[in-house]
Amino acid sequence: MNQGSTRDLIVGLFVLAGLIALAFLSLSVGGLSLRNNGGMMLYANFDQIGGLKPRAPVMISGVKVGQVEMIKLADDFRARVELDVDPKLQLPVDSSASILTAGLLGDQYILLQPGGEEAVLKAGEEIEMTESAVILERLIGQFIHNTNIEKAGPE
Amino acid sequence: MLQSIRHLGATTTAFVYHLGRITLFALAIARAVVTPPARFRVFINEIFNLGVLSLVIVGVCGLVVGMVLGLQGYNTLVRFGAEESLGAVVGLSLIRELGPVLTALLTTGRAGSATAAEIGAMVRTEQLDGLRMMSIDPMHLVVSPKVLAMIAVMPLLTALFIVCGLGGGYFVGVNLKGVDAGSYWSSLHANVVFSDDIAGSMLKALIFGILVALVSTYRGYTCAPTAAGVSSATTSTVVVASVAIFISDYFITALWGV
Repeated sequence: MNQGSTRDLIVGLFVLAGLIALAFLSLSVGGLSLRNNGGMMLYANFDQIGGLKPRAPVMISGVKVGQVEMIKLADDFRARVELDVDPKLQLPVDSSASILTAGLLGDQYILLQPGGEEAVLKAGEEIEMTESAVILERLIGQFIHNTNIEKAGPE
Repeated sequence: MLQSIRHLGATTTAFVYHLGRITLFALAIARAVVTPPARFRVFINEIFNLGVLSLVIVGVCGLVVGMVLGLQGYNTLVRFGAEESLGAVVGLSLIRELGPVLTALLTTGRAGSATAAEIGAMVRTEQLDGLRMMSIDPMHLVVSPKVLAMIAVMPLLTALFIVCGLGGGYFVGVNLKGVDAGSYWSSLHANVVFSDDIAGSMLKALIFGILVALVSTYRGYTCAPTAAGVSSATTSTVVVASVAIFISDYFITALWGV
């Protein structure tokens, strides 16, 4: 009986360890959230989101304050991005959102630039001022176009 | 010439025969599982034998596989200056592919062969016939708890393998190679999605658990009642289950994109 109960204890510990590992993978690594109303949802419309993906970080001054929840196409053919940010955040209404890239080949993230208004954004409201992602190919195209004009200019 | 064609025919017939038998065997197990009484005590003992005793080998192998992935991943990524993505490389390869497959192979070698040998020895010493004499169904007392325990421990062992591997990759990447600890975790968090990666990984583990459990108990249950029969049952368990794991892994990945 004593040996049997020791074995039960070991089996129990094994199952517990396995479940903890599974929970760690699901909740921490996989980002599964059990509660869905914990964060504050804000919206922002962008002309061009580049390679922004769901779960990309939302930062203020480089500090992570939330993540991209969902991206869909709005009725006016702009990209509507749903941001899940810390509900304690007191973000002025004239704040702006821009899509930036971490490093040259890194993942894209959203940087919020707080504005100066007294009134703050509440859940479900929209960030009006947005800055689109920079597309490298378009930038290079512009650069080539400009140098061509300069060459052609003096003639 | 004729002989080799005949041989081919015999092999094909044997394959189809075993496929049919193993399906009937699976149905018999399913029937035994739902028949009362539940063999809970035997089930706990089997979890101990198949799961707890495989824990050390799975943990050590997970750690070392993670360390190798950390090293290989770092050496490749550093050429592109993308060593910040090490966490994603280690994590995604462990979660989506290596975790379920290697755990299933280790469990086949460690627990599947033991299961086949145990049931085979019971067949050889006529213990199963003894049970039938007492009108106890050996499918109910011997086979079905082993199958259930194998299916139950496989996802748990896979999760432990992956966590050990993530730790090993972290140790090599961050402590030895100097990747930033924050970027290791953030690239891992940003690239692993629960509904796709983790759920798919557990689906694979579950299917591999069913495969290993079925093959090992079937081979043990149907083995020839001789010493050579037991040994060939053990061998063919490892061979058949390993091949089945790799083949089904391809199809799971192709069908569901896991």
